[in-house]
Amino acid sequence: MVSSQNESNLLSSEGDSQRTQYPYVTGTSVIGIKYKDGILMAADMGGSYGSTIRYKSVERLKQVGKHSLIGASGEISDFQEILRYLDELILHDNMWDDGNSLGPKEVHNYLTRVMYNRRNKFDPLWNSLVLGGVKNGQKYLGSVSMIGVHFEDDHVATGFGNHLARPILREEWREDLTFEEGVKLLEKCMRNLLYRDRSAVNKMQIAKITEEGLTISEPYSLKTFWNFAAFKNPTVGAEGSW
Amino acid sequence: MFRNQYDTDVTTWSPAGRLFQVEYAMEAVKQGSAAIGLRSKTHVVLACVNKANSELSSHQKKIFKVDDHIGVAIAGLTADGRVLSRYMRSECINYGYTYESPLPVGRLVVQLADKAQVCTQRSWKRPYGVGLLVAGLDESGAHLYYNCPSGNYFEYQAFAIGSRSQAAKTYLERKFEKFTESSRDDLVKDALFAIRETLQGEKLTSAVCTIAVVGVGEAFNILDQKTVQALINEFEISGEEAPADESAPEQSGGAAPDQSGAAAEEEAAPMDI
Repeated sequence: MVSSQNESNLLSSEGDSQRTQYPYVTGTSVIGIKYKDGILMAADMGGSYGSTIRYKSVERLKQVGKHSLIGASGEISDFQEILRYLDELILHDNMWDDGNSLGPKEVHNYLTRVMYNRRNKFDPLWNSLVLGGVKNGQKYLGSVSMIGVHFEDDHVATGFGNHLARPILREEWREDLTFEEGVKLLEKCMRNLLYRDRSAVNKMQIAKITEEGLTISEPYSLKTFWNFAAFKNPTVGAEGSW
Repeated sequence: MFRNQYDTDVTTWSPAGRLFQVEYAMEAVKQGSAAIGLRSKTHVVLACVNKANSELSSHQKKIFKVDDHIGVAIAGLTADGRVLSRYMRSECINYGYTYESPLPVGRLVVQLADKAQVCTQRSWKRPYGVGLLVAGLDESGAHLYYNCPSGNYFEYQAFAIGSRSQAAKTYLERKFEKFTESSRDDLVKDALFAIRETLQGEKLTSAVCTIAVVGVGEAFNILDQKTVQALINEFEISGEEAPADESAPEQSGGAAPDQSGAAAEEEAAPMDI
C-alpha cells in the first residue's frame, strides 16, 4: 500500500527537515575600526544560551589566510561552520601555489555570497560577521549580516554594538589613530557594552591586523566603575518608599 | 610527421613516447594565420593577421576580450578558439561575482591548460586545435602567456604563433630586451612591425590586421581600423619601405642572421613549442 508518507520519504526528507528558526548559543557584539596601520577588532568571549551566560571562553575573533581577520556574533555553531568554509577556501587558494592570494575584499565578498545564498534557502547562518584586513597597503573593513546585507566602512559593529558603540565611534574615530588610541577607543566602546548589554561578559580579546601580520591578544578584563551615589541606596526617594 | 600506425587515437602512445594526435593538433595552430603578443611592465599588446576569404566575406574574429583585464588572440581552429574564449569569459565573470575582484591571469591560464590536457587523455575527445596568446594584467603586473593544445603553457615577453610566425619571432628576438621599459605606443609600433614581417612583402594596412591593447589604467580594447591605419601611416611602415628601425639594432645587425638561424631549429623536437 503506497501511502503519502512513503512518498515524502522517497523524495528528499523535505517534509521532515526544518530550517533554522532561532539561534541557541550566541555571541554578542563585535566592533571593528580602521586605524593608522591596519584594523583593530574587539569582541568579548561570551557564549550565551538564551539568558544564561553559559560559555565564557569562546574565541570570536579568528585569522583567515594571510591577510584577513574575521569576527562573528550570533550562533556559535554557525560561526564554526563558516570557519570550515573559510578553511577550505584558503586551502584551495594556497594550493594554486602561484603567488596570488585572496585578500580581505575577496573573503568578504565570498562570505556575502554564502550568507545570501543561505538566506534565499530560508536556512540562514545565524551570524553577523565583521571582516577586516590589510593587503598591499590597502586597509579593508566590512560587515555581512545573516541575510546577506553587506557594506564597508571605517568602523563597523554587530548587534548591540551598532546602537551603543558606533555613536561613540562616529564622534571619536579618526583616520590616523595610533594603536594605543585605537585600543583605548575600542575599550571605551566595550565598557559601554559591558554596562548596558546583558549578554556581554567581562572577558575580551582585541585583535590587530596590519601589513606585517595578525595578533590576537590574550583575554583580559575591563575595569568597571559602579561607585555612583544612586547605586549606594537605590531605593531612597523611590515611588512608594518612605 | 608522416602517417603511421600510432596516430589514430589521442590515447595511443608511439614507441618513441609521442602522442601524434596532440602533435597534429599543434600543426593546426601552425597553419592558422599569425598572431603575436608582446609585453612591457605595464602593457600587453596583441596583434594578428586577419585575412578575409574573399572580398565578399567579413574577417575572421581572432582577438577576444575576456574581461577588462584579460584578452586573448588565437591561431588555428577559430571555432575551438571561440569556445575556449567563452569558457574564459565565464570563469572571469564567475570569479568576479564571488570575489568582487579580477581573476588573476595566471590562474585562468592554468585552468585553460588543465582543460586542454583533459582532451589529450580521453579516447572520446580530441585536442583543441587552437593556440591562445593570453594577455592580461594582475596584481603582479602585465603578463603574456601561450596556451598550447597539448595542455602546456608558458609565459613570454613576446611570442608569435601561426603561419610565417617565424619571421615575426625573429624580429621580436632582436627587439625583446627593450620591451619591458617600452611605452605603450612603442609596443604597438613593434607589434605592427612584427605583423608586417609575417606578411612577406604584402602591403600592411589596417584591413589585414587587428591590434588590441591592455594595460595599467587601460581596459582591454581592440583598436579600431581608423586608429590602426593612422598608426601605420604615422610610422611609415606600410609596404615597400625599409624597416624604420632605431639606429642601435642596425649596428648590431650582424647578430640578427645568427639568431634567426638558431631559432629555425626549435620546431623539430616533439612536444616542444
